[in-house]
Amino acid sequence: MPSAAAADHPMIRLERLTKRYPGQDAAAVDELTLDVPRGEIVCLVGPSGCGKTTTMKLINRLIEPTSGRIYLDGEDVTEADPDQLRRTIGYAIQQTGLFPHRTVAENIATVPRLLGWDKARTTARVEELLDLVGLDPDTYRGRYPKQLSGGQQQRIGVARALAGDPAVMLMDEPFGAIDPLTREALQNEFLRIQSEIKKTIVFVTHDIDEAVKMGDRIAIFAGDGRVVQYDTPEKVLSEPVDDFVADFIGSGAFVKRLTLTRIGDIDPAADWPVVTASDDAEARLSVLAAAESGFAVVLDAERRPTGWLAASLNRGDDRLLGTGLPLLGPAGPDHTLFDALNGMLANSTDVAVVVDDDGRYRGTLTLAAIQTLIHAAPARTGAAGPGGGTAGRTPSEREVR
Amino acid sequence: MNFFGYLAGNYTEVLGLTGQHVLLVLTGLALATLIGVPLAVLTYRTAAPRTAVVAAAGILLTIPSYALFGLLITPLGLGTAPSVTALTMYALLPVIRNTIVGLREVDPAVVESARGMGMSRRQVMREIELPIAWPVIITGLRVATQLLLGIAAIAAAVNGPGLGRLILQGLDSAGTPFAVYLALEGILGIVVLAIALDLCFAALNRFTTSRGIRA
Repeated sequence: MPSAAAADHPMIRLERLTKRYPGQDAAAVDELTLDVPRGEIVCLVGPSGCGKTTTMKLINRLIEPTSGRIYLDGEDVTEADPDQLRRTIGYAIQQTGLFPHRTVAENIATVPRLLGWDKARTTARVEELLDLVGLDPDTYRGRYPKQLSGGQQQRIGVARALAGDPAVMLMDEPFGAIDPLTREALQNEFLRIQSEIKKTIVFVTHDIDEAVKMGDRIAIFAGDGRVVQYDTPEKVLSEPVDDFVADFIGSGAFVKRLTLTRIGDIDPAADWPVVTASDDAEARLSVLAAAESGFAVVLDAERRPTGWLAASLNRGDDRLLGTGLPLLGPAGPDHTLFDALNGMLANSTDVAVVVDDDGRYRGTLTLAAIQTLIHAAPARTGAAGPGGGTAGRTPSEREVR
Repeated sequence: MNFFGYLAGNYTEVLGLTGQHVLLVLTGLALATLIGVPLAVLTYRTAAPRTAVVAAAGILLTIPSYALFGLLITPLGLGTAPSVTALTMYALLPVIRNTIVGLREVDPAVVESARGMGMSRRQVMREIELPIAWPVIITGLRVATQLLLGIAAIAAAVNGPGLGRLILQGLDSAGTPFAVYLALEGILGIVVLAIALDLCFAALNRFTTSRGIRA
């Protein structure tokens, strides 16, 4: 698809798009106008029957609109050949819809085959995608879907949707039908993949927490096929436009916002002095005496925290020596404020030790600091506009292991 | 002379009639498949035509076979033509019903994702729905074959080919020393064919069904 004028138009534009079913008074989707900027994940979220899945299926014309226009990369595709159109749009659904009679490799090769790719290119693409979704090609390419776990099936579903290298992907609750642990792993993995592949993604979910986590933007559908708010997750959580949105977010909007900020993106406080493993009791006591907070962190030779010391420890106390008092769960760059707060509550403390990717000491994060951060949070993506590349979070901010 | 001695005397005739019998049954089955599968494909999605087709095929199966063979003499004469036609009519129900059941058992999410990736209706039917429904369809063919093997014996009554001739000869010569032997040859031939063809279908199912959907 042409992308020379990338900045001029959104990747997907829906214009007064309407779907009415015969015999029903209310429209399933009502005069919906929505722009999806290039390279972003837009979550369509709302209660069941709100029109979010219908909207998604209108984009690849699995459902034909009653009126309105659909533009893809500036081109009006409202009347394009639907089969040709769909081969250029990735499609992944909750039930995966993997072909049970075909192997993993054959499943992934579906769209390349429809596009008439030669065998070598298709094989290379299948290998590449299996690597991308973290499944060893030699082990998995010849398996059948029934020989895979639910999480693995979802991964193949996503790989298959990516196979034709579409610029646009439609995903209908792709992580809906799996256990919460696997689900979170898949979400993180998908965000990691997206930071590499930068697709424009329409992601349908009924779960506001998932929308907040996955979306660069969230479109909240009311029950009547209209979008009541279309905004960044931060804006939706901090400034819901009406009672419906506020109700839908539910209680705990501030707690949800905790998940939007990663520890790696914040500057931890430096109010705890450090001692090293080799310092003796005397040196340690003098550092503690000078510490305003009354605490010090013990680091090993690699500057990794191993424990902590309190000013209340008496000279001659055995605990003053060695690695110090045991340290509970340091917060790494991939953790969110939510994880840090959860750790504090679990350990009945009001401070967490912050480390970098390699586990080296960066500073501390207190309960008070979290309070300050959560009120400052919405500014982070405030500059996001429909202009394209600059919108949304930068890849490093989204990096998730 | 015992049965085996008698069989040793006319086994070439028995083998020839067995061959005719298989050919008759497989011709009826093939015609029923050529008619039944497309009918099932065309009607399985919507309730009214689907029910109508299955009901019609069901009614055909309830017609007493002796009567049906006889009725077909008027338009088709004697011999192979009315025999093949009657067998085709009897095979339609198992073929159509199993094809419909098999197609309806395909997970709608599989069809939706195939359509969503840009496969045409025809491609989805040929590459996705029929292969997934195949084990159920082939079970229908197996049932139809067993059914036809027995019914095909009636073909002899309209001067058709097959093992029915031996049975009919036996019945005609009731009271003579070899009447029972003749009927027995016909019956045993059909039983042996039933077992052999069933094994063939089991093997066919095994070799033509994807490992991913094999039970």
